[in-house]
Amino acid sequence: MTKTLAQHPDLADRFNRDENRVDWHDQTLWWVRQKRDRAAHTLETDWEALRQAASDIKDNVLANLADYLEQFERAAQANGAIVHWATDAAEHNRIVLGLLQSVGATRMIKSKSMLTEECDLNDFLAQNGIEVIDTDLGERIIQLAEEGPSHIVMPCIHKKKEEISDLFHEHLGTEAGNADPQYLTEAARGHLRDKFLTRKAALTGVNFAIAETGEFVVCTNEGNADMGAHLADIHIACMGMEKIIPQRAHLGVFLRLLARSATGQPITTYSSHFRRPAAGKALHIVIVDNGRSRQLGREEFRNSLKCIRCGACMNTCPVYRRSGGHSYHNAVGGPIGAILAPNLDMHQFADLPYASTLCGSCSNVCPVKINIHEQLYLWRQELTRSGHATQGKKAAMGLAAWVLSNPRIYRLAGKMGRWAMRNLPFSINNRFNPWYKQRELPAPPKASFREWYLKNRVK
Amino acid sequence: MSSRAEILAAVRKNQPSSPAPLPDTQKFWHEVDDVYAQFNIILSGIGGKVLEIKNWEAGQEYLKEHFNGRIVSTLEGFEPLPESDPHALADVELCVLQAQFAVAENGAIWITNSALRQRAAAFIPQHLAVLLKKSDIVPTMHHAYARIGSADYDFGVFIAGPSKTADIEQSLVLGAHGPRTMTVLVLNE
Amino acid sequence: MKVGLFIPCYVDQFYPQVGIATLELLEKLGCEVGFPLQQTCCGQPMANSGFSHLSSGCDENFVQNFRDFDYIVGPSGSCVLHIKEHLHSQAAPAEADQMRLRVYELCEFLIDVLKVATLSARFPQRVGLHQSCHGQRGLFLSSMSERMEPGFSKPGQLLGMVQDLDLVELTRGDECCGFGGTFSVMEEAVSVKMGKDRLADHLKNQVEVITGADMSCLMHLEGILRRQNSPVKIKHIAEILNAN
Repeated sequence: MTKTLAQHPDLADRFNRDENRVDWHDQTLWWVRQKRDRAAHTLETDWEALRQAASDIKDNVLANLADYLEQFERAAQANGAIVHWATDAAEHNRIVLGLLQSVGATRMIKSKSMLTEECDLNDFLAQNGIEVIDTDLGERIIQLAEEGPSHIVMPCIHKKKEEISDLFHEHLGTEAGNADPQYLTEAARGHLRDKFLTRKAALTGVNFAIAETGEFVVCTNEGNADMGAHLADIHIACMGMEKIIPQRAHLGVFLRLLARSATGQPITTYSSHFRRPAAGKALHIVIVDNGRSRQLGREEFRNSLKCIRCGACMNTCPVYRRSGGHSYHNAVGGPIGAILAPNLDMHQFADLPYASTLCGSCSNVCPVKINIHEQLYLWRQELTRSGHATQGKKAAMGLAAWVLSNPRIYRLAGKMGRWAMRNLPFSINNRFNPWYKQRELPAPPKASFREWYLKNRVK
Repeated sequence: MSSRAEILAAVRKNQPSSPAPLPDTQKFWHEVDDVYAQFNIILSGIGGKVLEIKNWEAGQEYLKEHFNGRIVSTLEGFEPLPESDPHALADVELCVLQAQFAVAENGAIWITNSALRQRAAAFIPQHLAVLLKKSDIVPTMHHAYARIGSADYDFGVFIAGPSKTADIEQSLVLGAHGPRTMTVLVLNE
Repeated sequence: MKVGLFIPCYVDQFYPQVGIATLELLEKLGCEVGFPLQQTCCGQPMANSGFSHLSSGCDENFVQNFRDFDYIVGPSGSCVLHIKEHLHSQAAPAEADQMRLRVYELCEFLIDVLKVATLSARFPQRVGLHQSCHGQRGLFLSSMSERMEPGFSKPGQLLGMVQDLDLVELTRGDECCGFGGTFSVMEEAVSVKMGKDRLADHLKNQVEVITGADMSCLMHLEGILRRQNSPVKIKHIAEILNAN
C-alpha cells in the first residue's frame, strides 16, 4: 500500500494562498541573501578562490573519508572523548538514549543540530520519557509551536513576531500582544537560563570535526551550545560523518565562508573548539552514517556531502522563498534538501527534485561549490530510472518524444494545435489547464516560422 | 559486524579513488595596512565595543566605573575567577579575560581554556570584557590558524561580539543567552 | 561562414516573428544563413522531466539537420544550453560532440564570434531586460549577482548599441521568472508568483517593453501580463536588435 503523501506542489500552493505572507517571506530571505552578497564582497578578490579551496578540501575528504574517520576517532579517544558509531537514525537515537540513561538523566538541553532533526531524535526521546529543551531561540519557538524547522539556519523564519508573541504568552507568560523582538528574546533568555543551570546533559551538533586533532567546532551566535555544554556533566556531540575536515588550518577557509554565506556576518559570534572534556565531565561523539555512505557511492550525487549547512542556497532560491521550508516535507528543505532527501527515500521525496526551475542560483552561491542544480536534473533522471515516475507522466513523455522526433508529425501536431487554439479556444483555455489558471496562452499565429520561410525564402 | 566496521567498510567501498590533492591556501595570506583599524571597524559593526587604554590600571578604572555588581577576572584588580563549579558564575555581571590574539577581518578574539580558567566564564556572565595587546592582532583567519598552530588546548573559542540572535523576523537582538555586551580593551604597548 | 538557424519548436509554432528577426539580423551582419527544414526540438522537455533517455530521437534529428554548418545559432539560451550540455548521437557520436562546441545562443554569437560593435537598430522605448537563467548562468551571457566577478552582460552590451533605447536597471537584476519548462504547470502556484514578482520589478521601473534572450521565459511573462491587461509589451531581443 502506498501512503498518501503531501507533495511540494500542493504544499506550495497552500503557502501561496496568502500572497502577502509569501511576499514577506520572500523579502525577508532576500534580505539575508543581500547581506551575504555584501559580506562576500568584502573578500571580493578571494571569494571565488576560497569557494574553490573549500570544494577542493571537501573533495579530498570524500576521497579519504574512511582514513580520516579513523584518524579522527584515534585522536578524539586520545583526547579523552568517547566515540560512538551509528549506521542509521534509529541507532543514533538509541545511542543518545543509552548515554542519557547511563547517567540517569531524564532531561536534556540541545543546541541546534540538523542531524537530530533528520533522525527525529526529539520524538524518540520524548517517547522514552526524556524531556528535551531546544535552546536555539528559533528552535525553541518551533518546539513550542510543535512544528519542524523551515530553514536550517533560521528555523522559525516562517513565523511572524505576532505569532511568536502569542506562543510566548501561552507558554512563557509574556504580556499578551507584546511582539517586540527585544522583549520576546529577553523572555526566552530568562526561561532558558533556568534550563541551562539545571540540566545535567547537553547535546550539540558539530560544524567541523578535525581529523588531525580529534577536536570539533560548533558555531553559534547565541552561545547556547556553550551554555549547555559547559554547564552540563555530559556533552553529547552528534555529527554526520561528512563533517570531517583534514586539518585545523582548514578551518581558516571554512570559517571565512560559513557565516558570510549563511547570514552575512564575518564570523559567527562563537566558534567553539571542543578538544578534551573538562575535568570531571564526559564528552561523547556520535558519528552517524544514515545514508551518507550510500550517497558517497552515487558518483553523480556524492558532492552533496560537501554541504556545510549554511543555508545560502535556500535564501537565494526563488522557489524556496515562495513556497516556504515546510513545503519540502523534510528536515532539510530548499535546493540542498531536494538533492539530499531522495537519497534517504526516493519514493517519499520523488517530488523534490522537481521543485526547481533549474535556475542555477544555488550552485553559484554555494560556498563549497556543490553543483546543486545539475544534481536536481540528474535526480530527475535517476528517479525515472528507478521507477518513481507516474504512469501518466511516462505516457505523456513517450508521446512527446514520438511527436518531437518525427518532423512530419511534429509539424502536423503544431498546425492542428494552433488551429484548435484559434478555433476552439475553450478546448485549451479551461480550468483543467494549469497554465491558463493565471496566464494567457500565446496568441497562435496562422503560419509557423517554417511555413513563412518556405513561402518567403525557398524558391 | 560492528556498526563502526560496517560504516567504514561501506565508506571504503564507496569513496572515490581520485587523488583530490589539498589546495594551497598561501594565496589568501594578504597583509593589512592597519589591522587595529580594521579590527575596530569590524567589531564595532557587529555590536562590540573597542577602547584603547594607556595601561591596565586605566582599563580597571573604566570597567569599575561602567559595570556594577559582581566582577570576576583572571587578571589582577578583580575577584579572581573561581575554578570550581561553573554554576557559581550564574550571578556574575562582568567577566574580564585576557585574549590570546584577535583577528582583524572578523573582529574575533581567540582564547583557550588556560586563559579562561573556567570554560563557562566567557558565556555565562551578563557582560564580557577582554584585554588585548595591540600587537596581537592578525589580519585573517589563515594567519589566525597559523598562529594557533598545533597548540595543545582542551577548549578554544573565537568570540566576535556579544551573544546575539535574529531568529525573530531577522530583527537583531544583542544578548541572546550569553553576554549582552563585549568590550575589548586594547593595550598599546 | 555558414550559419545554421536553429529555431526551437515553440518559437517555430508560436513566435515566427522571432525567427524572422533572428534570420534577418544574421543576414544583415553578413552571415550566410540556412534553415534546415526537418528540425524539431532540442529534446529538453523530456530531459528536464527526467526522461533524458527519450530525447535520443530529437538528438539524432538535430545532428542530421545541422551537420553541414560552421555554426549553429538559436534565439533561445535554454535550448542552446541543452544542446551544448546534452547532445549525443549513437549514429555519429564524434560529430555530435563537435556540434556541441559550435552551437551558440544569438547574443553570444554576435558578441563572441561576429564581434559586433555597432548596430543600425533604433528602438525608442524604455526597456527592461530579463536575464534568463540558462543563458546567464549556463552560457555565461552575463555576470551573475551570486558571484564576485567583474560585471558584464552580452545582451546588455548589444542593447547598448541600439539607438534611443532606454535600458532600465532592475531591483533584482537576475532573479528567475519561474517558467522552468514543465515547472510552469507542475508547480503552477510558485511559477506564477515568481513571474508576477519579476513583472512587478519591471513595472515599478516603468518599462514599456520587456525583452530577453529566451522566448520561453518571455512567453510565461507575456501570459501573465496579458491576463493582467497590462499595456507592457514583450519583445525578443532579436526583434529589438533588428528594429529600424
